[in-house]
Parts: sequence; C-alpha cells; structure tokens
Amino acid sequence: MSEQEYIPKSKLGKWFNDRLPLLSLASHLTDYPTPKNLNYWWTFGGILTFCLLTQIITGIVLAMHYVAHADLAFGSVEHIMRNVNYGWLIRYIHSNGASMFFLAVYIHILRSLFYGSYKSPREVIWIIGLMIYLLMMAAAFMGYVLPWGQMSFWGATVITNLFTAIPLVGDSITTWLWGAYSVDNPTLNRFFSLHYLIPFLILGLVVLHIWALHIPGNNNPLGIDIKKPSKDTVPFHPYITIKDGFALLMFMIIFSGFVFFAPNILGHSDNYIQANPMVTPAHIVPEWYLLPFYAILRAVPDKLGGVVLMFGAILILFVLPWLDTSKVRSSVFRPIYRQFYWIFVIDVFMLGYLGAQPAEGIYLILSRVGTVYYFLHFLIVLPVVGLFEKTDPIPMSIAEPVLTGSANPALAKKNNDKI
Amino acid sequence: MIKFDYKKILSLFILIFLSFKPINAAEKIDILKVDWSFKGLTGKFDRASLQRGFQVYKEVCSSCHSMQYLSYRNLGEEGGPEFSIEEVKAISASVEVQDGPDSQGEMFTRPGRPSDKFVSPYENVNASMAANGGAYPPDMSVLVKARPGGANYIYSILMGYEDPPADFTLDDGVYYNKYMVGKKIKMSSPLSEGIIDYSDGTETSVDQMAKDVTTFLTWAAEPELEARHRIGIKVLVYLILLTILVFLSMRRIWSRIDSEV
Repeated sequence: MSEQEYIPKSKLGKWFNDRLPLLSLASHLTDYPTPKNLNYWWTFGGILTFCLLTQIITGIVLAMHYVAHADLAFGSVEHIMRNVNYGWLIRYIHSNGASMFFLAVYIHILRSLFYGSYKSPREVIWIIGLMIYLLMMAAAFMGYVLPWGQMSFWGATVITNLFTAIPLVGDSITTWLWGAYSVDNPTLNRFFSLHYLIPFLILGLVVLHIWALHIPGNNNPLGIDIKKPSKDTVPFHPYITIKDGFALLMFMIIFSGFVFFAPNILGHSDNYIQANPMVTPAHIVPEWYLLPFYAILRAVPDKLGGVVLMFGAILILFVLPWLDTSKVRSSVFRPIYRQFYWIFVIDVFMLGYLGAQPAEGIYLILSRVGTVYYFLHFLIVLPVVGLFEKTDPIPMSIAEPVLTGSANPALAKKNNDKI
Repeated sequence: MIKFDYKKILSLFILIFLSFKPINAAEKIDILKVDWSFKGLTGKFDRASLQRGFQVYKEVCSSCHSMQYLSYRNLGEEGGPEFSIEEVKAISASVEVQDGPDSQGEMFTRPGRPSDKFVSPYENVNASMAANGGAYPPDMSVLVKARPGGANYIYSILMGYEDPPADFTLDDGVYYNKYMVGKKIKMSSPLSEGIIDYSDGTETSVDQMAKDVTTFLTWAAEPELEARHRIGIKVLVYLILLTILVFLSMRRIWSRIDSEV
C-alpha cells in the first residue's frame, strides 16, 4: 500500500505525520486502488455512511428538544414539529432517514449476496457488517418507541414480551429490561439513552468495516482477485468519489421526495395517537424494514420457537461464508445459484408482505412456507448447489476477459454483457 | 441473461413499500375523495376556507374536541389562516385562561393572549369521557395524521351520517355513520345546514362546512405543509441540477480511462 511511500511536502506536514500519520491515511484513502468495473450496486457503502451521519446529526438536534418522559414525550415531539425552527424538517429527515438507511442497507446486503462479497477473504467484513445491521435494528426499534405513540408503545410491548419466552428466567429478564412491570416511563428513559448510544457504536464498527475492507480490497462484479494497483484498478479519488457522489445525489432526490412530499407514508397513522396502555390497536405492525422477521416470528405456533427462528434468521447469516461451498464468488458465473438467489429475494419480499397482514388463514400458511424456504436456502441450497453446480468460465482479469479452459470467444463476449 | 436487474429489484422494493397499506382495506368501504387544494407538489391551503374552517371548529367542534398543541398565535402565522394580529388578539382575548399562582399563591383567570395554547373544553380526558357517554372526543391537533386516509377520511365521516338500514340496531347515544369502522359512531352528526353564519357570507351547507373544517384540521395537523412544499421544490430543483453537473463531471473524469461508468 502507498502509505509507506507517502512523504508530506511541507516540513510541518512531515513533522506532524511522523508523530500521527493522518496525512498518510488520507493519502491511502485517496489512492486506494479500486476495481474499475464496480457497478452502481457498489455505491451504497458511501450512501450508508451518509445515512449514518445524517441520522447522528439530526438526532443530536432532536435530542436537544425531545423530553424522554411518558407524559411529555408525545407533546415534546409536537413541540419540535410546531415551535422549533425547522423542527419539522429535522424530524422528518430523521424518521424517513431511518427507512432510507434500511433501504440502502438491504440493497448493500443483497449486493453482497449476489456477488459473493462475504466469501474468503472478506468474512470479517461481512461479520462486522452484520453486527452493524443488528445494531441498526436495535436503534431503529428503540427510536420508534421514543415518540410514545400507540404503535411505539404496543410495538415495544410486543417485542420486549418476546424475552418472556426464555425458559425459567424469561419473566425476570423482561421485568429487568422494562425497569417496571410493563412498558412504562423507565423503559422509555432507557430506550432513549440506548438510542443515543448505539449510533456511535455503529460508527466505530463502520471504521472497522472499512478498515477490514481495505486489507483485501473491494470485491467486484466478476468476483475475481485482481492485482493492485494495475490496469484493473483506478485510484479511489477522483474516480470512485465522483461516482459515489453521483449515486448519492440520486439517492438524496428520492430521500427528499419522501421528506418533503410524503413524510408520513412510511409510518403508521396510529403513531400520531398518544400511547394508551388501556387501548390496543387493531393491528400491531412494526416498521416495514422489520416485517420479514415479524412474519417468521408469527409463523411458528410456539412462542419460544418463533423467537428462536426470528433471531436464527439473522444469526444464520453470520455463518454464511462457511455454508456457501462454491469457490466462485460472483453469481454472474453461477447459472444455478443465480436462479435460487432470485427465489430467495422473492421469498424475503413475500415474508415482508405477510408480516403486514393478519396472522391467519392463507397468510399464515404462506408465512410458514416462506419461513421454511428461508432456512432451506441457507442450510440446503447454498451448500449443495456449490458442490454440484457447473459454473461458467471466469475471466483472468477485468481488463482482459480471457477465459480459462474455453476456446469459445463468443462466450467471453456473452459474459461481458452480464457485468 | 439474468443480471443484477435493477428494474426487478426496484419494483420489489416498491411492492414492499405498498405492502403494509392494505391492512385496513378489507374492513372499510371506500371513503370519499376530494380534490383538496393542499394536495400535490405545490399544494397550498385555501386561505378563506381555513378561516371559515376555524369558525366551524370554534363554534361547533371545540365544545367537545380539544386542540392542545396549537397556540392562538399560530392562527396569524404564515401558511395558516393568516388572521391579522388584531384578529388573533381578539380571538385569544375572547377565552378565559387559568394562570397562576399569583404572589398570594392563588390561581386566577385572565383573558387569553396570542401566546396561550388553545383552551381545552374539559379539565382532562376522564372529564371529557364522562360528558360524552364514555367516548373520548379525540384531540384534534394531529387528528388528520392519526387516521388512515387523512383529510378524505375526516371529510367522509362528516358526510357519512344517514338513517340506518331498517335491520340495523343502534344503542342509545350511538349513531349510524357509513364510513366508520362497524358503521357506528358515538358523535352525533355535528353539522347541519345553517348551524353557523359564515362571516364572509358563504353558504353554510353541510358539504361546505365539512370541507372548510377538514381544511382547517389538515393545517392544524401539518402547519408546515406550505413551507414544506415550497422548500421541497427548491431542494429537488437544486439536487437535480447538481446531479446533472456531477454526472457530466463524472463522464469527463472516467473518459480518461477506457471504461464505462
């Protein structure tokens, strides 16, 4: 890497850099050799960094005006919406920002799944990423509780009650989590504290995520190892920065569309009714980004079983690098796995849809089918397909898509189209 | 030829965004749709309608429904009914506000000021329920945002009163409303022709009053709506222009190497 060779031009720069090599770091980030064939699915890392910083900045301002008390929280949010200068804008950016954050993170994860970015030597990047995702879900859930609307209160009640499913100590743990005998003021207070803490934990993990990325370097749509630097790579700046910037702006246009013209479409109208422990809403639904897991939870007739499968659905992703037996990273060259990939995506979307429906009749049956398939994909399809699949020929490098073991130039051209 | 197809994945995401809407669809009949002036990217409130709507709220709704998050000063602010300062002062002065304690430790009442919050008709929620046959007349500050269907739903409820079908049994104090879940509502029809006199001389049909008060309630729930639309247009225009410039720069930069962006 280039930081060893970097020598600051000015004397002061050299003096400082010898003591703390920040300038070397900046130089490394600028010159970082990046595969030149990265497509737009690779721009979501930058977009996610933007989302995190947006949430932190707007969140800090909101915390200056918000009151974490069961009697005052709802009113303090209305105070932000009405009396704080541009408070409505800050809050709508924050609440829609959570949805945009998850939209981006799901695309980021799906990209990793398609192009095999989780495979050796990038397992640690993948695992840190999943830890970030878990913390995001915790932060989003607690954040949704803070306005203390009906869906806040009842969502918190449903989710915290999951812990009662733990054998023997479940009730004690749940009481301990609540700080009371039901979701109440102490619960709101601690959720606020944790909601403020978690984004900074995420920020720390993001640094590790990027650090771990910079050891092997980026995966790419071909999924092949490349020499760095070479004619397969471009310096991160300006090539990738401008491309990430362009993609980020497109993302911000969609983001602004929600914030300014449909700020409540992703939320639930019941959350504009102040929390009332005496009145249960007709349907308790989580935010859209948690719906697939909610569907899995409700698909199981046994409470403990549902909780185990719901957490299992996320935890299974941690061992994904070792479940996938294929040596080929990119699905571009995996004709069989590619089909299963899309079936899996459709399955997750179906579960998301079912999570929003009442758990009865055909919805419940489909939820069960979807849940079973979700786990089959990881436990059976991934290991088995990897063993038996005949993959397409793989190019040697990005610049020269020459095929190993194939004399058919037409195939090379065909595969180039897919990238 | 399957690649990472953005159209496919985008349509799937759109699907999931829409997926949590139909929950209530099965149990409700279609509500009335009005072509509100505040809809759309450049939507604005009809100023005269807001002022009339406030009159309906004040003379009809406010006897049961509170609006605790609004202040009288809001009535004179930009993007709202935009009453003049004198009018706002007169409106706030017409109510008695409890204040105190004074230097003797006594609570006292005084005429309202523009900075005061809207005075609620009842001391607390329990008092409002006791006075209304056990039903809580919901606070109207964010009512439009708190109901699926928003303004159209509120308007439909106001227009949905009619005589119940012959086989439909109603308890005392319960009324028939075809847009309510279960078609039962504990609020008697609040509007009837000529129940108030509009100060601007507009005819006081039920439809007119329902539209006006719904417009007012929408503003009450979203007082930032006009500013939001105005700023939103500017932000979108700015972002789109910047995106085009960045796109052109990107093309220029990437043209240095033989690769497509």
